[in-house]
Amino acid sequence: MSGDFWSMGGYAGYVWPCYAFAAAVLGWNLWSARRSLAAARVRAGRALAMASGEPR
Amino acid sequence: MWTWFYKLASPPYVYGVAAAFVPWLLGVAAVALGYGLVAGLAIAPPDYQQGDAFRMMYVHVPSALLSLTVYTVMAAASAVALIWRIKVGHAVAAASAPIGASFTLAALVTGSLWGRPMWGTYWAWDPRLTSELILLFLYVGVMSLRSAFEDPARGDRAAALLAIVGVVNVPIVHFSVVWWNSLHQGATVVKLGAPSMPGSMLWPLLAMWIGFMLVYGAVLCLRLQGELLNRERQAVWVREAIKS
Repeated sequence: MSGDFWSMGGYAGYVWPCYAFAAAVLGWNLWSARRSLAAARVRAGRALAMASGEPR
Repeated sequence: MWTWFYKLASPPYVYGVAAAFVPWLLGVAAVALGYGLVAGLAIAPPDYQQGDAFRMMYVHVPSALLSLTVYTVMAAASAVALIWRIKVGHAVAAASAPIGASFTLAALVTGSLWGRPMWGTYWAWDPRLTSELILLFLYVGVMSLRSAFEDPARGDRAAALLAIVGVVNVPIVHFSVVWWNSLHQGATVVKLGAPSMPGSMLWPLLAMWIGFMLVYGAVLCLRLQGELLNRERQAVWVREAIKS
């Protein structure tokens, strides 16, 4: 990649933080959604185990 | 067709469909975002007025459009839940709120970064910016209200009412640049008539928009599965669902 690309015509200080923040939001959404689903599966498993009297 | 529609009220059916959709949505999103990033950052020509600063549009506009789309989905799901007493509607609304809030924050931050070199300020109490900030407060309000009640059913109803009342802000955000004097530019893509930009700039924007929408779809499917498991913990279908 040339220096021109990374300098973004002098706007690099705005363009790259802008893309970094958007990428962080997309990444946080995917990470937190997977994490909340995993936590819900654990909670549901525990609730089922308690209901059936199985140790878990 | 109606049978399929009625099935959407069934938590186990929705859980299965959501689980099946996630890899497809993410796969197509990766292709769309990959093309959009390369074409938007490296191939599209610089704008004649804004130079390369206009490239911030490729993440700002999809974030802003998504902030309005997700709120509309949340309000529609809340209305379905209240009118027809379909519990999946509350689950869709609860799953959508944090996603919408995050994209509203992204629209505000990326817009602020774009505003500094173009307007000379990170923030102005402009109709578009202010109504978008109110949208963020509405999302936070809906999430807070849902968790403020000990009885989850009451929390769902209160959050649904606020989501439905707050939907009045969606057209205000969209038309704020038409109704009032605004620093913010008018609609370029979502408007009557042809978009006012050349194809070399427009196609990457459409690809990024589709990519962001598909990521929302995938994240909604993941969060919705979690919501359904939390809400239906005692149901028989959950035993099979968590084994798979």
